[in-house]
Amino acid sequence: MELMAVAWAYWHQFFFIIFAGSAVGFGCGVLISQNIVRMAFYLVLSLGSTAGLFFLAGAEFVGAMQLMIYVGGTMVLLIFGVMLTAQKDFVNMKTHTHDWILATVVGGSLLMVLLFAAFGSEDWRSPQDPTDAHIVDTKAATPLGLALTGVRVDKLDDPNDKLNQGKSGYLMPFIIISVHLLVVLIGAAYMARTKKLSHATGLRSSRARLSVFKMEDEDEVLEEEKYVVLRKDKRATNPLDTNGNSTDNPDNTDED
Amino acid sequence: MAEFFNEYIFGDGPWSWLGYVIAALIACILIIHVVAVGAMGFIWLERKVAGRIQDRLGPTRVGGKFGWLQTLADGIKLIAKEDLTPDVADRFLFKIAPYVAFAASFSAFIALPFADGVVANHVNTAVFFVLAVLGLEVFGVILAGYGSGSKWSLFGAMREAAQVVSYEVPLGMCVVVPVFLCGTMNLTTIGNMQEGFITNWLVFNDPFTFVIAIVYFTCATASVNRAPFDLAEAESELVAGFHTEYSGLRWSLFFMAEYGSMFLVSGLAVILFFGGSNGPIPVGDWLANLLGGVEGSIGANLPSLGAITVGVIGVANFIFKGAIGVTVMIWIRWTFPRLRIDQVMAMCLKYCVPIAAFCFVGAVGWEVLDLPTPNNLDEKSRYEYHEKWSQEYLKTQRESVPTENDTHVQQAVPAEAIVTTVAVSQSDLDVNGGKQ
Repeated sequence: MELMAVAWAYWHQFFFIIFAGSAVGFGCGVLISQNIVRMAFYLVLSLGSTAGLFFLAGAEFVGAMQLMIYVGGTMVLLIFGVMLTAQKDFVNMKTHTHDWILATVVGGSLLMVLLFAAFGSEDWRSPQDPTDAHIVDTKAATPLGLALTGVRVDKLDDPNDKLNQGKSGYLMPFIIISVHLLVVLIGAAYMARTKKLSHATGLRSSRARLSVFKMEDEDEVLEEEKYVVLRKDKRATNPLDTNGNSTDNPDNTDED
Repeated sequence: MAEFFNEYIFGDGPWSWLGYVIAALIACILIIHVVAVGAMGFIWLERKVAGRIQDRLGPTRVGGKFGWLQTLADGIKLIAKEDLTPDVADRFLFKIAPYVAFAASFSAFIALPFADGVVANHVNTAVFFVLAVLGLEVFGVILAGYGSGSKWSLFGAMREAAQVVSYEVPLGMCVVVPVFLCGTMNLTTIGNMQEGFITNWLVFNDPFTFVIAIVYFTCATASVNRAPFDLAEAESELVAGFHTEYSGLRWSLFFMAEYGSMFLVSGLAVILFFGGSNGPIPVGDWLANLLGGVEGSIGANLPSLGAITVGVIGVANFIFKGAIGVTVMIWIRWTFPRLRIDQVMAMCLKYCVPIAAFCFVGAVGWEVLDLPTPNNLDEKSRYEYHEKWSQEYLKTQRESVPTENDTHVQQAVPAEAIVTTVAVSQSDLDVNGGKQ
């Protein structure tokens, strides 16, 4: 059995190297690549490899979460944004030198912080045989849900007094993330709304300049036409299209 | 399985690593067979069903009476076809996209249990894992649409992306209901909890789960892009959608991915609502009792004869029920007209999401109020050891939760323990307490 555990540890390291290597490699691919869709593709692979690391560590919920939220949701949305907004100038991006310098400073300082945190931790555990702990059936949903609302059922017997009274749950981060998401939602709705308004007023003002030369009753007719035009424009304008310029991109009109 | 190989073939010596490789390879090959051979079978089935629905015969000649080797002939034709790449395509993404789609469809099967213990990898949050990986298949489609450098492909891919992202919302809501009824995200446990007669299946638990099962199947059909939701490849508008520019083997990889995910979502429906690997009548358990009882599942080192019987019958049940689900999808495809994109979105946001939310609340209320379910309507007439499994399971779990910490998670409660607790504490059953 001991030998078997050794064999397992061997495979653990093997897969760790594979996943970690692909995560780092595809991360570098994101940096080096200049096509924005390929960047997204490499980013998905990098994040997927990170999910693989989580699975390897036995944190299946976090791994599945990583897949669901980052790889699934964010990537699809990113690609949406990229494809609907990307004009020819943005599909192939070249990073300027000052961007490289700035990114190196920021990324390097973050790397230093993370390295200090990683090497400052003393009690890293060596890989364990997961067959004893993780494969046995567990009712994972209830403790997870309770932990999100602040109660850690697995910490009730914790000798540390501050941890065993349900104070070690994830309620605070949960609330913070919820508020954050709410802010993002409201912000997105607000931005979409203001863009439409500015678009509309811009059209109205240009029309108004034209209508100076028209008679009053004709202006009424024009007003109606204008609304028709506006509605058509609204339909043609995709909310993800940050240019707000539907005439540049006639393909979008066929979409809906 | 690796331990089995090491114990009986390789020993604990320097070759013990080989056991792990062989065990992993066996799991991989079996799953690839589920996807690839399953696709062959289902494509034949699709042709036959389509033929019958359209008052034709379908394939009749290749391979004997029913044309059941037709797909093999198609496959040979596809292999022989030229592998074209358009001039304006992004070559790398164009070539890799089918593999991404296929890999996503394939890897979701890792966590899908075909019977108790017959699963490539036990994942505690298997429901979540399957849904997460299933959502990745769209990524291959998007890459295909972008990489082809064709407007038809891009439109198809964008439609598919919009559709799949939207339908993940009601799909998740539907999946939550069996999860909270069983109190676990482990698909094996959810399947095992529906043991016994057909009344123990979660679809019959209460009216809301019945509706939820239908909503789930609708959303699952949409999320794997089957008709009537197959706008991504609407041939009347978009030539062939995202796979317009593909030919030969790469094209067939997309098809394998499609049929693989069809079977996957059907299998998920079977586990979540339709009893998992348990048949409508527990024939397997009766046979196993005749053969000397079940000791250890088929995944254990030395399964008993009874366990093997239960496992084989369970796998047969599961595959049969999953195939029925796929057949229903085929049936729907050839009888319903395709929806427009606005109808697809309206279907999701105006119907599926509200119905799923309402039924979610309804199912919660049903449990909280302890309204009758087929599990506890008439205790005498059903297979004895799975009455009130949900309440008792939660109760026993609650008793064991505070005594154990996170790393040493709770042991599975054997069926005998549930029998005794049912016998002892039939009277003092506190359902609402059992929830917390």
